Parts: sequence; C-alpha cells; structure tokens
Amino acid sequence: MHPITTFPSSTATPDHRTVLNAQGIPDDAAVPKRVASLIDEGLEIFTGLVEATGLRAEITVEEFGAIYDGDGRNAPRTPLEGILPDAHRLALFAVTVGEAVCGEIRRLFGEGNPALGYALDTIASAGAEKLVDAMAHDYQEGISQSEPTLSSVRVLPYSPGYCGWHVSGQRKLFDVLDPQRISISLTDSCLMQPLKSVSGVLVAADKEVHDFDVDFAFCTDCADQDCRERIQTVFLDSRGGQ
Amino acid sequence: MDVLSEIAASLRSGDDKRVAQLTQQAIDDGLPADEILNDGLMSGMQVVGVLFRDHEIFLPEVLLAARAMNAGVDLLKPLLAGGDVPTIGKVVIGTAKGDLHDIGKNLVGIMLKGAGFEVIDLGNDVTAERFVDTAVDSGAKVIGISALLTTTMSSMKDVTDLVRDRGLAGEIHTIVGGAPVSKEFADEIGADGYGYDAANAVEQVKTLTGG
Repeated sequence: MHPITTFPSSTATPDHRTVLNAQGIPDDAAVPKRVASLIDEGLEIFTGLVEATGLRAEITVEEFGAIYDGDGRNAPRTPLEGILPDAHRLALFAVTVGEAVCGEIRRLFGEGNPALGYALDTIASAGAEKLVDAMAHDYQEGISQSEPTLSSVRVLPYSPGYCGWHVSGQRKLFDVLDPQRISISLTDSCLMQPLKSVSGVLVAADKEVHDFDVDFAFCTDCADQDCRERIQTVFLDSRGGQ
Repeated sequence: MDVLSEIAASLRSGDDKRVAQLTQQAIDDGLPADEILNDGLMSGMQVVGVLFRDHEIFLPEVLLAARAMNAGVDLLKPLLAGGDVPTIGKVVIGTAKGDLHDIGKNLVGIMLKGAGFEVIDLGNDVTAERFVDTAVDSGAKVIGISALLTTTMSSMKDVTDLVRDRGLAGEIHTIVGGAPVSKEFADEIGADGYGYDAANAVEQVKTLTGG
C-alpha cells in the first residue's frame, strides 16, 4: 500500500503576492488596504483549516500506458505520448488541501461574503498547486539520492483533463492509486472532491524530453497555455534558478 | 457631500460598516427606502461596474463593494414594498451538467445582483431540463450557464437545444461563459450571448433583456 504523505500547512500556504497575482492583480499595481487585509484574513483561515495530504505510487511505463489510454478518449496525438518512451521513472500522485477549506469557501459565498470566499478559493487553488510542486520536488530528490546517475533528471506533473489526456482517465488512475484513502472521491463526470485536489503522473526525464511545441490540435482551445511556464521551470532549475 | 453620495462613495471603497452606518442614517433622516437604494447603493454599484469593466479596479474590490451593498440592502429590505428589492429582470444561472466549479458562476451572480437583476442560482451540475423548467416557471428571460472544463462545456448545448426544441427561442435567451468557452463556441451551439468575464456577462445580459 502506498504511504500517505501529510504536509505541514506551511508547505501548502501560498505567499501574499502569489494570491494577488492569481486574483488578477499584477506586481506593479497599487493594492488597496482592504484587499491586502482580505488576503491576510484568507491566508489565516486557510492555515487553520488546511489538511494537506498526498499519495504517490511508482509505476512502470507499461503499466502507465494502460491507465493513460483510459476509455480511449484521449486526443489523437498528445505530448505525453512523445515523452513517455524517454522517461526514466514515473509515479502516480494525488494531493488535496482537504474538505474543510472547500466547505469554508462554500459557507462564505452562501453567507454573503464573496470577497473573502473568493480570496480563500484563490488561496486554496494556489495551495493545491504548491502541494503538487512539493510532491514533484520530493520525487526528484529521492531519485537523485537513490540513483546518482539520474541526478540531472527533472520531474514535471501531467494531469487528466489537460494536454489531450481525457479527464475520464481519472477512473483508471483512481483504481490503481486509490486516493479515497486521503478522502478524495470521483464524481460521475470524473471531477475530484474536494475540488481543491490534483492528481496525475509525475514524469522524471532529462529536461530536453519535457520540451514540446504547442502545435497540438487541442492547444488552440487552451485558455492559459501554462505548460510553457512549467516547462521553463525545468530549464531555470537546471541553471540554478528557481 | 449628501448622505446618498457618501453611501455611493463608501460602497465604491468597499467599506461595509460605513455603508451600513450611512444607510441607517439616511433611513433615520426619513429618506424613502427606494431613493436610498437607487441613488445611494445602486448608484455606487454602477460606478464599481464601470470601473471594473474599464480595468481601473480589480475583482476583489468589486466583491468588497458587493459585500458593502448587501450590508445596506439588509437594512432597507423591511422598508421596501413587500420586503422585496425591486429588480430589472430575472436570470437563472448554474454550472453545466457534470461541472462543480462554481466560482465563476458565483461571481457573475453577485455582479448581476449588483446591477439590479434578481438571480435564481441553481448551483452546480444542473441538467438542461432544470435550467429551462426553472426559467419557464419563474418567468426569467435569461439562462446563464458556466463551465470550467472542456468536457462539461458540451452539455451547454443540451440547454440551447432544449430551449429551441420547446419553442422558447427568442423568449428565453441563453448566455454561456467559463475558462474554456469562446465566442465561436457560443455561436456554434446557438447561444444568444457569451460573457468573457463577469462584468462582460452582465453587459450581455443587459443587452439581451433590452436594458
């Protein structure tokens, strides 16, 4: 059985600036005092309620192939198909900030406090992403220590619902990883509950392997294209950045 | 500055305590409740909507203003005819079938209320039948559907199809929005409107209702 990781709240808590950016407020904008206080209040609530947990399970490329195919609804061509053959190691993962935070977001909206509800929602989303980063970082560190020949590999996460991997792939991923153990369940439409949860596969590969051109059919429908940013971190990290 | 202008200004800065205090003062001064609502609270919220549309303020400031507006409206409600806040139309909103991501939908609902609409929020994971039945039963002229995922946005078409199949096209308008949704997609499924953000959604609803 795959061990459960419990993260300290500090690992999941994003910084003030990240939250402001996520709320559409750029670095150079003057932040009204009331908005700054709102973020502080949201961060305090988040720190008090977050129950940050995660699961990770090593898997072979062959085993992952069956999961990745899911219900056969992936895009005809996807970045992972090109990356997988050159991957050194893979691990399934799931992380969550817990139901208490999500329940509080609903309560705040329901009780007519959308400003704080939205602040907490933004914080929780950023928090879930921080947990993915922590999970990827731990995996990369573990590989470097156990296999010194792989010390230059870089780990990036990929999730169902993105980059051509159909969201129905969640079902097979859940069958193998069993994230119900950390209280993440799957709806009929393959959404995770608590909502502020992330699952997928961590891919450990040489940094060049992670790079791909944004020329897939689904890229034109992608609103944020934040894959470029994620890929860039691999190269920054290898130059001592980040 | 008169008390109504002060209410509008305090609402603009998101000061809910001051808005409540000034609203109470206006009531105590004997100003009619509908005048306080229209010339104080709604007037302030309209300015907030314009500033947000013009990218002069950010979303959290709009939400703080909405909270301040609620603080004032709560005091006025008992004084308004039948305890009801007068509205300029009804809008049914919800997330598409299968979708649980409701933040965008909630923001649109808050801004619609701020603009004077009555909002019937059906919540998450709403079937096409429920959207249309509720609009018919309540007399709402607009159905707003939100989706965050490409996999759930397809169920928006079920709603636009059902409106057409029941012969309600032109009588009940549909508007769609959400991260993966585009104007092209809205046109493709036969939606009457597309809101690229919460403020734009309100503008679109106003256009659809002739406001």
